[in-house]
Amino acid sequence: MHELSIIASIVDTVTESVAAYKGARVVEVRLRVGALASVVEDSLQFCFGIATEGTPLEGSRLVVKTLPVVMHCAGCDADVELDGVQSFRCPRCGEPCFDLRQGRELEIEAIEIDEMNEVEEMV
Amino acid sequence: MTTRIVELRRGILRKNDEFAAGLRESYAAAGVLVLNLVSSPGTGKTAFLEWTLRELRTRGARVAALVGDLETDNDARRLAASGAPVRQINTHGICHLDAEMIGKHLDGWEGVTLGGLDYLFIENVGNLVCPSSYDLGEKIRVALLSVTEGEDKPLKYPTMFNSADAAVITKMDIAEPCGFDRDLALRNINEIRPGIRIFETSAKKGTGMEEWLAYLDEERKKRGV
Repeated sequence: MHELSIIASIVDTVTESVAAYKGARVVEVRLRVGALASVVEDSLQFCFGIATEGTPLEGSRLVVKTLPVVMHCAGCDADVELDGVQSFRCPRCGEPCFDLRQGRELEIEAIEIDEMNEVEEMV
Repeated sequence: MTTRIVELRRGILRKNDEFAAGLRESYAAAGVLVLNLVSSPGTGKTAFLEWTLRELRTRGARVAALVGDLETDNDARRLAASGAPVRQINTHGICHLDAEMIGKHLDGWEGVTLGGLDYLFIENVGNLVCPSSYDLGEKIRVALLSVTEGEDKPLKYPTMFNSADAAVITKMDIAEPCGFDRDLALRNINEIRPGIRIFETSAKKGTGMEEWLAYLDEERKKRGV
């Protein structure tokens, strides 16, 4: 439900970041979203289309990379990936574990921009 | 045209996270233990908190509460009956509290300073999804679940229970007529957040509340506040 405020924050950050590149157009925004981040990709996509209108992000693509939960299992002494978020047990030994190493991410990884070349700029 | 990839690696909620980090520092400096209570609407957060505030005050603790709702100050008025200072935060449609709202309402709160408190309780907006993403600088996040909601709530809303430090089951006095399967509920909470402290309570009857108060006291001492 808070996807719109998340998108608004993305628009602010990206607008700030592209200001340094003169005449740049944003083509793609890449997010890393952990399985425990409580956001729904469909809602993000829906809000992105609306909230980017009239901004340097208008017409760009939103690419969401979902990251699975990774825990450190003390018993196995290994980082293990969970299939879902319904059971916090090591998939190898079956013991409960809660040493979270990945899964809460909610970040802008990178943006792809089209930059105007100097020659084009002169014309 | 040249295509360029600009690496940003920026947390989307970093503004909130930075603000929350500032709050956390001021809570620690003031020596106040701050708790963030989260649950779905109707779990009984207000009744639970009303009881907690009243009992802590009786025992000489200095307590206050901030309470978040979309509209109305009904909860603040209910909680104020405990005698503790209470301030309502109306989010006007926003489904969660954020760190900045907390900062704003701590500023200029008549008669309340962080340094003059032992405990500050924040009752979040009733919502089991969004509040899990917003750090309020609290030391302890408490997820509440009532016996009327179904034992599988933790499985349906794993991010909330997973990010909690303690869980409270409320309305235990009506567990039996509701056909509440206690073992299943405990198992589900533990499946999502292994090792979490769980309190089985009834604010109406006072059940389990001594254990909860002992936990609060323990946490305050443990954290040196």
